[in-house]
Amino acid sequence: MLELYGETFNNRLLLGSAQYPSPAILTQAIKASESQIVTVSLRRESGGELAGQAFWKIIQQLNLKVLPNTAGCYTVKEAVTTAHMAREVFNTDWIKLEVIGEEDTLQPNVFELVEAAKILVDDGFKVFPYTTDDLIVAEKLLQAGCEVLMPWGAPIGSGRGLNNPYALKTMRAHFPDTPLIVDAGIGLPSHAAQAMEMGFDAVLLNTAVAGAGDPIAMARAFSLAIEAGILAFDADPIDARDMATPSTPVMGKAFLS
Amino acid sequence: MKIYVNGIETLIENNALDAVLAQLGYQDVTIATAINGDFVPLSQRKNCRMQDSDKLEILAPMQGG
Repeated sequence: MLELYGETFNNRLLLGSAQYPSPAILTQAIKASESQIVTVSLRRESGGELAGQAFWKIIQQLNLKVLPNTAGCYTVKEAVTTAHMAREVFNTDWIKLEVIGEEDTLQPNVFELVEAAKILVDDGFKVFPYTTDDLIVAEKLLQAGCEVLMPWGAPIGSGRGLNNPYALKTMRAHFPDTPLIVDAGIGLPSHAAQAMEMGFDAVLLNTAVAGAGDPIAMARAFSLAIEAGILAFDADPIDARDMATPSTPVMGKAFLS
Repeated sequence: MKIYVNGIETLIENNALDAVLAQLGYQDVTIATAINGDFVPLSQRKNCRMQDSDKLEILAPMQGG
């Protein structure tokens, strides 16, 4: 059971709602994933089309927990203002806090991130910070009042998987009681399974599903991979070895030469 | 009076924010507003007065990752 800010969830996949070929495929992919938490954003609404209203109606009909983001924000002020606007629009105090540092990698600006997290926690938000795998930054975010951490696997949309498994393992070991969600950079279900096998609590992804040739099938594949990963972690995997050891008993082997 | 709505120069008839939103067709829709980078909650729209050249942002739910 996944527990985030006192709420429990059966499914450990947080799914993004962007870049799907159509609203119908978005809906079917979310259902196929069995995800219970969907990320959303705020963007300028045009008076004539009101596209945002139609999108919001689709999400509301799915009756899921929404996690609004502050995607595209580069400063504390932008992120804090966006969070307040999101709280009013989506009627939730959950916020996926992104404060981006530069355009090529979309790497979090961790200094601004910690500052924004402090302000938002004081304002009553439940903050889900999109961060790096830096332990000191993670500690500062927890001190700011975050109860969940979301380290990146790789740059957003890159599909590279877990760029630094060592750092992520270290993070897991260092914060055994904090919900940790690998966010961004996941490309394949095997990447998600790897994160779960390492003991992470959940995975957040978007492009890997939305950009797949068949987003609905890929959503299902991710759901199964995450379930396999958590089962494997709970089953206590063996340690890797450098040398071979026979799995078939040697005792009783016939002498035939 | 001239203001900027989501970056587009717009002439408004009344400087009350809720009247501006009505003029622009944003009645009974799910949006959030900010003026010159500061959030203006729904509860304050009625009493919020816009100034010439103010920058009004009108944001709505959108797909996100």
